[in-house]
Amino acid sequence: MSTPLAARRLAMHNKRKRVNFVALALSLGAMAFGVFWLIWILFETIYLGIGGLSLATFTEMTPPPQAEGGGLANAIFGSFVMVGLATLVGTPIGILAGVYLAEYGQKTWLGSAVRFINDILLSAPSIVVGLFVYAVVVAKLKSFSGLAGALALALLVIPVVIRTTENMLSLVPNALREAAYALGTPKWKVILAITLKAARAGVITGILLALARVSGETAPLLFTALSNQFWTSDVSAPMASLPVTIFKFAMSPYENWQKLAWAGVFLITMGVLLLNILARVLFKNKH
Amino acid sequence: MAAILPADDANRVDRSEPEPNAMKPPPPRRRVAPWADGLFAALSQGAAWLTLALMIGIIGSLIIGAAPALKAFGLGFLTSAEWDPVQEKFGGLVMIYGTLASSFIALIIAVPVSFGIAIFLTELSPSWLKRPLGIAVELLAAVPSIVYGMWGLLVFGPILATFVQQPLQAVFAGVPYIGALFSGPPVGIGILSAGIILAIMIIPFIASVMRDVFEVTPPMLKESAYGLGATTWEVVSRVVLPYTKTGVVGGIMLGLGRALGETMAVTFVIGNMNQLNSLSVFEAANSITSTLANEFAEAGEGLHQASLMYLGLVLFLITFVVLTISKLLLARLKKNEGARS
Repeated sequence: MSTPLAARRLAMHNKRKRVNFVALALSLGAMAFGVFWLIWILFETIYLGIGGLSLATFTEMTPPPQAEGGGLANAIFGSFVMVGLATLVGTPIGILAGVYLAEYGQKTWLGSAVRFINDILLSAPSIVVGLFVYAVVVAKLKSFSGLAGALALALLVIPVVIRTTENMLSLVPNALREAAYALGTPKWKVILAITLKAARAGVITGILLALARVSGETAPLLFTALSNQFWTSDVSAPMASLPVTIFKFAMSPYENWQKLAWAGVFLITMGVLLLNILARVLFKNKH
Repeated sequence: MAAILPADDANRVDRSEPEPNAMKPPPPRRRVAPWADGLFAALSQGAAWLTLALMIGIIGSLIIGAAPALKAFGLGFLTSAEWDPVQEKFGGLVMIYGTLASSFIALIIAVPVSFGIAIFLTELSPSWLKRPLGIAVELLAAVPSIVYGMWGLLVFGPILATFVQQPLQAVFAGVPYIGALFSGPPVGIGILSAGIILAIMIIPFIASVMRDVFEVTPPMLKESAYGLGATTWEVVSRVVLPYTKTGVVGGIMLGLGRALGETMAVTFVIGNMNQLNSLSVFEAANSITSTLANEFAEAGEGLHQASLMYLGLVLFLITFVVLTISKLLLARLKKNEGARS
């Protein structure tokens, strides 16, 4: 080997090593960049959120601007009601459709069509769902209502539950189904008592993730449930919710409203993160 | 064979010997609720149909709601920048531009960062760090968008104004064209802020899809390349990336779909201006979603509401196309994977 060739090779080798080093350093930087935002956002939320938090946050109604005191009780309650109703309505439909995809329609055209549409709905803009509910419910009944808000949220629960239910059911080994059929079990019983039961942890994880997603949703509530300054448990009237109240308060110039908005953001973030962590723990224990 | 056959025969005889209770009549067939099977099948199929109906309903109700505006403005709506509720003249160009521009900025920032994160998670990270970091990225995806929005408006905006916008303006003040990109009041809200917040929001989505598709690369391919002396970067850029490129593009499109349809994070920081004074990225503007969020509840029935519905329809169609492309690309990667393994 002649010396210039060796030198060129060495140079090339060094160059490749340098390129590699730079690329990997950038990759490390990207990771740090991502984690940096997470920490910053969480830090601000906790720092400013706890500052705005007090017992009154949970016991008093949303205050008028620039008034002393006040809390978020009606908004928290409204969020619970609407998210609860949405889960009650959305979960059975989502599970049933997921069962259809995994157990009945794996190879049918309806199955593939629903799978495709569901994937689109999963990432479709949530504000469009709000428009849809406005057009079919609010405009017809001529009134904003908590029920319309719950319906909009339910429509967002369904795709998440369908997706996880189908995925989890398809993980159940076929031997289980075959064994049950061999004993003469009818199909509906196989599904309810065997496959769904085997996939229970995963399905519940999906429901929790759906819950986490809709409890932070603001856009679909803006023109379905609207908002309400007072406590109401009447679902046919406009209803306050935590996200919409945060939106209203954070955009305002009033200091007491902004403080409450931070408290609300803190509550929502912690709630959603807890739900996510719970879902993960539950899923991990089972698998 | 001959030696085996008799033994086999003997077995058969053994088995067919009458069992003690074979003489009794078989127990009556007990079938609980014979209709249940059909009912359950119908219910689950009904739920599946409901999903289809939902999609058709969304598109249908948007078209019906937008009909007056469709009739009044036609396709000219898409190219007119006038938005005047008082005179009932509406055009969606400003909002469509705001949506596309903020999403474009978001992609420019988010794609390289997500790529780096995915490389880090699949190739670089020590295995004890992989899980916690993966979870951190996924938690970032779970944080509700209103949190990003509020943080963007009250915390990030002012910082952006002082430390990025003012220096940029100072540097490019006299430069033609580029200077115009950075003109406008440096208050920390506008298209650039919206794009940055959107980027932070979609990084976790794109990164986790990229990580997942990187992991489908057969280890054999990677190990062969490493065995030939390739560096990690060479393995990623010449083996993993070519193998997974459809999936990577699919992931990017998924992120784009999210960015286009995101409401709260944008509404807080884009500034909500229905005019396009200049192409500056500092200029307050409006996106389709933020216009809907701000105006829809107050819009009177008639052309104003119909025009907002029209905007919603445009948004839905754009995201539909983007998400469809994303899904097809990701499905193609999966199919290839099946064919090769």
